[in-house]
Amino acid sequence: MSKLQNVGQQVLDWVDDRFPLTATWKAHVSEYYAPKNFNFWYFFGSLALLVLVIQIVTGIFLTMNYKPDGSLIPGTNVSVAFASVEYIMRDVAGGWIIRYMHSTGASMFFVVVYLHMFRGLIYGSYQKPRELVWVFGTLVFLILMAEAFLGYLLPWGQMSFWGAQVIVNLFASIPVIGPDLSVFIRGDFVVSDATLNRFFALHVIAVPLVLLALVVAHLVALHEVGSNNPDGVEIKKLKDPKTGIPLDGIPFHPYYTVKDILGVAVFLVVFSLVVFFFPNVFGYFLEDNNFIPADPLKTPPHIAPVWYFTPFYAILRAVPSFLGTQVWGVLAMGAAVVVIAFLPWLDRSPVKSIRYRGPIYKSALVLFIIAFIGLGILGALPPTDIRTVVSQILSVVYFAFFFGMPWYSKLDKTLPVPERVTDSTLGRQMRFLALFALTLVLSAVFAWVI
Amino acid sequence: MKSNIKKWLAAASLALVPLVVVASEGGVHLDRAPNKLRDPEALQRGAQTFANYCLSCHGAVSMRYNRLQDLGLSEAQIKSNLMFASEKVGEPMRVAMAAADGKAWFGATPPDLSVIARARGADWLYTYLRTFYRDDSRPTGWNNLVFDKVGMPHVLWELQGQQVPVYETVKNHETGKEEQHLVSLKLEKPGLLTRVAEDGGFDQTDYDTRVADLVNYLVYMGEPAKVKREQIGYAVLLFLLFILVPISYFLKKEYWRDIH
Repeated sequence: MSKLQNVGQQVLDWVDDRFPLTATWKAHVSEYYAPKNFNFWYFFGSLALLVLVIQIVTGIFLTMNYKPDGSLIPGTNVSVAFASVEYIMRDVAGGWIIRYMHSTGASMFFVVVYLHMFRGLIYGSYQKPRELVWVFGTLVFLILMAEAFLGYLLPWGQMSFWGAQVIVNLFASIPVIGPDLSVFIRGDFVVSDATLNRFFALHVIAVPLVLLALVVAHLVALHEVGSNNPDGVEIKKLKDPKTGIPLDGIPFHPYYTVKDILGVAVFLVVFSLVVFFFPNVFGYFLEDNNFIPADPLKTPPHIAPVWYFTPFYAILRAVPSFLGTQVWGVLAMGAAVVVIAFLPWLDRSPVKSIRYRGPIYKSALVLFIIAFIGLGILGALPPTDIRTVVSQILSVVYFAFFFGMPWYSKLDKTLPVPERVTDSTLGRQMRFLALFALTLVLSAVFAWVI
Repeated sequence: MKSNIKKWLAAASLALVPLVVVASEGGVHLDRAPNKLRDPEALQRGAQTFANYCLSCHGAVSMRYNRLQDLGLSEAQIKSNLMFASEKVGEPMRVAMAAADGKAWFGATPPDLSVIARARGADWLYTYLRTFYRDDSRPTGWNNLVFDKVGMPHVLWELQGQQVPVYETVKNHETGKEEQHLVSLKLEKPGLLTRVAEDGGFDQTDYDTRVADLVNYLVYMGEPAKVKREQIGYAVLLFLLFILVPISYFLKKEYWRDIH
């Protein structure tokens, strides 16, 4: 051992006597044994973490030049906040790349989180003993939606302003306390400078703190019980009698660190395509109307939320008002998110992975995905009579997937689960891809018809 | 007092707003604007038209004069040819007119044009600036095909001349009455950049080019870094596709040889 390595070891020993540095590294990285059969779907957890880091780092640099000030620049119809975003885009060195990374990161966060949640659905990652991993994950999703909503107000464009107006008004529909509650949230009778300032504070520090704490809880819980895998086999059941290491487990580092680096590299290709060539993504990541400065006196003809909220927005609109109040739609929208957390207790299937489930669950899942994408498309469009009826049907399908699960998951015929994890066969991948493509094509046809 | 009225109006308008209102804009066909973002001379001509015709009522508060060096102009050229209302070349493009006057004259404060091309799109602007027509029912005497009852008069009339609407009588099948439908515009009096022949035919090519230059300038001003962004993007993609992705692929393959 060279002298330098010796010194390094001594420093490490000194730290380890006082802080569990090596022990933590081993427990969570180098001696955390993950199943060796992770497939494509297992990239999205680490990618979500990458996007979180991108959002925090770019966010810090944005706050250095952004001004949460709703007052108008004298002689113009442009607010200080709106102009400060354009200042970042023009006069701050490298400002446009930081801003586009942040705006693209917001949407890509939801892309990877939705795919990550879908992975949990198809492989039963929420089942015992991973209930808390799933509950923490659902909370991360909920908090992420709040964070995205708060951040969307900051550019202070027409969609920022009116989108916030619509969403805060939802709280006003709650009986008795609603009107006062919405004033309390806004800090004013309409969305105003006071709202902008508090949303900025919440977006920049309060909500990110909660988000980070929940992400840590999500990971600690995961590493306590160990990762699930595409076969839904518990690898901890079969261990090497000498070493105590799961027979189907491999250390996270270096195997999954190098694999995730490949995932990151491919993800960055997609991310860069958006940032450098299509930052608006045809009005879906950055809406055209949000380049018009906020005007409290001019309501835009069509207020649509950003794409990642549209499935839930469609559920909100699908529920008719009843007993003279619209609160039911708000409750349904909330329930659509909260119900996800209860999956571990709704699923009564003896198997985890879709590979060993029967036709009933598979059909239910396909219907659910079609309903989710369909609602997403409908939520972005102005309503018509037929669209409202279709969103009502799809909302029923959405909730039926959850509330029917205790029965249909029990009824379903399952296949025997193997003792050890299996390699993904080409046939299986092709069948899955075909089904996935079919679902997407059906959704696209649906979008075209609607 | 005045701000109180504003607040009341805002509150009243909010109460009337359903969650989503169906877009009422009719499907007016938009002409495709030519893309000249990589043609500095066209952008310079656009900047000149912008300074001469737009900047007296509209500001571009996010655009500094000296940024026009992007288009190959020197500070001295910018100062002597484009700056009429400001002193220093580092200042943003502000309006000389007071906002309150604008509101009184046109019914609404003329909007800031810094990012108008990102909100409206090049095709909309290109069509809008070419479809003003005479309409005596409007206070300014002008109306527009893509922006009905617009408050802005035809500022470029000197260049385009005057267009009049051509109507077609159509029978409404529900009411059984005859209705006048506007089908096209016809150039009646030529401007500096247009010609009208004796038989009523007309040629607006030069005017279209001038508007195209102006629209491209507006697109440039909406995002001055756009061309650079795409240039950097190609370099980043080349690095990712030919260096980072292959290296990480082979690294993963090498490590994973001993698994299975």
